[in-house]
Amino acid sequence: MTDHPISAPGAGIGRSLRVGLLVRRMMGTAGPVLAVVAGLLAIWYLAAIPMNAAQSVTDAERAGAAFDVSAAERRDMGGLSLVALAPGTALAGAYGQERPRLPAPHQVAGEMWASTFALGADCGPAERERDRLELFGRTWAVHEDCLAPVTSRRSLILHAGLTLAPTLLGFAIGSLLGVALAVGIVHSRVMDLSVMPWAIASQTIPILAIAPMIIVVMNSVGIQGLLPKAIISAYLSFFPVVVGMAKGLRAPSAADLDLMRTWGASGARILWHLRLPASAPYLFASLKIGVAAALVGAIVAELPTGAVRGLGARLLAGSYYGQTIQIWSALFAAAIAAALLVAAIGGIERGVLGRMGLRR
Amino acid sequence: MILGVWAALWGANVWVAGRSFGRWLAPVLFGAALLILWEMTVRLFGVPQVILPAPTAIGAAISANVPTLWADFVQTFVKGALSGWAIGCAAALLTALVIDRSGFLRRGVLPVGNFLAALPIVGTAPIFVMWLGFGWESKAAVVVAMVFFPVLVNTVAGLADTQPMQRDLMATYGASPGQRLRYLAAPSALPFVFNGLKIATTLALIGAIVAEFFGSPTVGMGFRISTEVGRLNLPMVWAEIAVAALAGSAFYGIVALIEKRLCFWHPSQRGGRP
Repeated sequence: MTDHPISAPGAGIGRSLRVGLLVRRMMGTAGPVLAVVAGLLAIWYLAAIPMNAAQSVTDAERAGAAFDVSAAERRDMGGLSLVALAPGTALAGAYGQERPRLPAPHQVAGEMWASTFALGADCGPAERERDRLELFGRTWAVHEDCLAPVTSRRSLILHAGLTLAPTLLGFAIGSLLGVALAVGIVHSRVMDLSVMPWAIASQTIPILAIAPMIIVVMNSVGIQGLLPKAIISAYLSFFPVVVGMAKGLRAPSAADLDLMRTWGASGARILWHLRLPASAPYLFASLKIGVAAALVGAIVAELPTGAVRGLGARLLAGSYYGQTIQIWSALFAAAIAAALLVAAIGGIERGVLGRMGLRR
Repeated sequence: MILGVWAALWGANVWVAGRSFGRWLAPVLFGAALLILWEMTVRLFGVPQVILPAPTAIGAAISANVPTLWADFVQTFVKGALSGWAIGCAAALLTALVIDRSGFLRRGVLPVGNFLAALPIVGTAPIFVMWLGFGWESKAAVVVAMVFFPVLVNTVAGLADTQPMQRDLMATYGASPGQRLRYLAAPSALPFVFNGLKIATTLALIGAIVAEFFGSPTVGMGFRISTEVGRLNLPMVWAEIAVAALAGSAFYGIVALIEKRLCFWHPSQRGGRP
C-alpha cells in the first residue's frame, strides 16, 4: 500500500487532479494506512460475532448446551441480543462455521490460500483425460482436486484468468475507441457537440441491462465466447478514456499551438508532435480507471450469461449455494486482480513518463 | 441508401453546429439520426425482433406497459437507488467531516479509500441480498456500499484543498472550527463533493439493478429485464433500458444543475471551452 496507483499525476477523471497530487504528497503514509487497515480488520472481526451469533447458538444447542430462550423466540432476536444472551457461545462459535453469514478474515484468507496453492495433485492419467478446457490457445486439464494446482476447477487463478482474458481484450478495444473518439472530439466541433452528451448518456444506461442483449445479438451472428464479454468491458472502459483524452489533447497552451502553426505544421503533425505527448499523463490516469472498469465489466458480463467459470460465475454460484466463504474469496481475488492491473499500468506510466521527462 | 441518409443527417448536423442554437440542437439531432438509422437498418435488412427491435417497436412497448414500467421504476429507482444514494452520500459526507479533523486519519483513509473505490464493489451484491433479503433494503445497501468510497475520497480531498494563505487568514480572524468549515473548507470542497455525487448517481442505478439479479421480488427493473430476456420479449427489455437511461440521465442532470447553482464561482462552471 505504499504506492497509490489510482491517484497518480493527472488523475482528473472521475477523481480530480488534486486528489492525485494530494495523495502523492503523502507518500510516507505507511503508518496511518496500516492503522486504518488494522482498524477495518478489527471492526470486521467484531461484526462477525453478532452476525454469526444465531448459527453459533444453534450449533451449541445441537451439541448439548441449554439456553433459557427457546429456538422459536430466538428466531426473532437480533444478533446483538443473542450475544448478550450467550456471550461465551457467540464468541466461541463466531469464527469456525462452515457457512457463516460473515466469514472472518482468516477464513477468507485460508480459502484463498487453499484454492490458489494447496490444491491436491494425487490423480492418475485417467482423471487427467476426463475434463479439458481450451483457453489462450492451449488445452488445460480441469478436474476437481486434481492435477497441477493452477488448473483445478476450484482454482481461483484459473477463474481469475478466465475473467482477465475478456477484461484485457475489452480494455484494449475500449481504450483505442476512446482515444479515437477523443481525437475526433478535439478536431471537430460537430463531434464535440453531438458525441459528448451521448457518451455521458451511454454511461447512465445500466451495463448489466445490455449484457444479455449483446450476448443474444452476437450469438445470432455466430460470435461466442470471449468477444461478447470483451465488448461489455470495452463499453465500460471507453468512457473514462474519452473524457481524459479530450482533456489531455486540449492541454497544450495556446502559445504552444500558435508556435506549431507559425511553423506551418499540419493538423496531423500538431496532433502527433504536440497534442499526443502532452496528453500522456491524462491518458495513463484514465487508463487506470478504465482497466478497473473493464474488470467490473467482465465480472458483470458473466452474471446474466450463465457462465460456469470465472470470478463472476464463482460469485453467482456461491450465492446460489450459500457458500459465503467462496463469495468473499472470489471478491478478494477480484480486488487483487484489479489492484495488480492498476499497478501494472502505473508501472508502465512511470517508465513512459520518465523517458519523456514528464515525471514529477 | 443508409449511407446517403447518414451523410445528409451529418451534413445537417455540421450546418447546425455552426449556428448559435447548435449547442443544444446538435446533440438532439445526433440522437435523432441514430434512431432513424437504427429504424432503417432494422426495416431494410429485416432484422428479427428477437435480435434487435426497431425503435418504434420499443416505443409501442413503452406506451403499452406504462403501469408495469412505473412499478418497476418505483421499486428499483426510488426505493433502491435513490434511498441508497442518499444514505451512502450522507454517511460519506459525515465520515469525511470526522476524518478531516485528524491529519493522521486523513493520511490513512485517503489511500485505502482510493483503493476501495476502484474495487468491483458490485460483487458484494450477493452478500447483501443474503443478509437483508430480497426486498429493496438489500438493493439500497449495495448502493450505499458502492457510492460511499467515491464520495468519501472526493470530500476528504476537497476539505483539505485550502491554501495556506486562506487558512492563515481564518486564523487571524480568530475563526472557530465551525466557522472555518462554514466559510472556507465547505465552499472550497463543494466542487469535489459534486464530482463525487455525480459519479455516485450512475453507480447507484447500476448497483440497484445488478443487485436484483441475485434475487428480488417480482417487480423491479433488473427482475423485469432478466425475465423478459428469458421470454425473448426484447422490445420490453429495451423499454426498461430506455427508462433506466432516462432516469439515470435525469438524475445526473439534476445533480449537475444543483452544482451549477451552488458552484457558479468555480472556473469549470463559468463557461468557455476548457
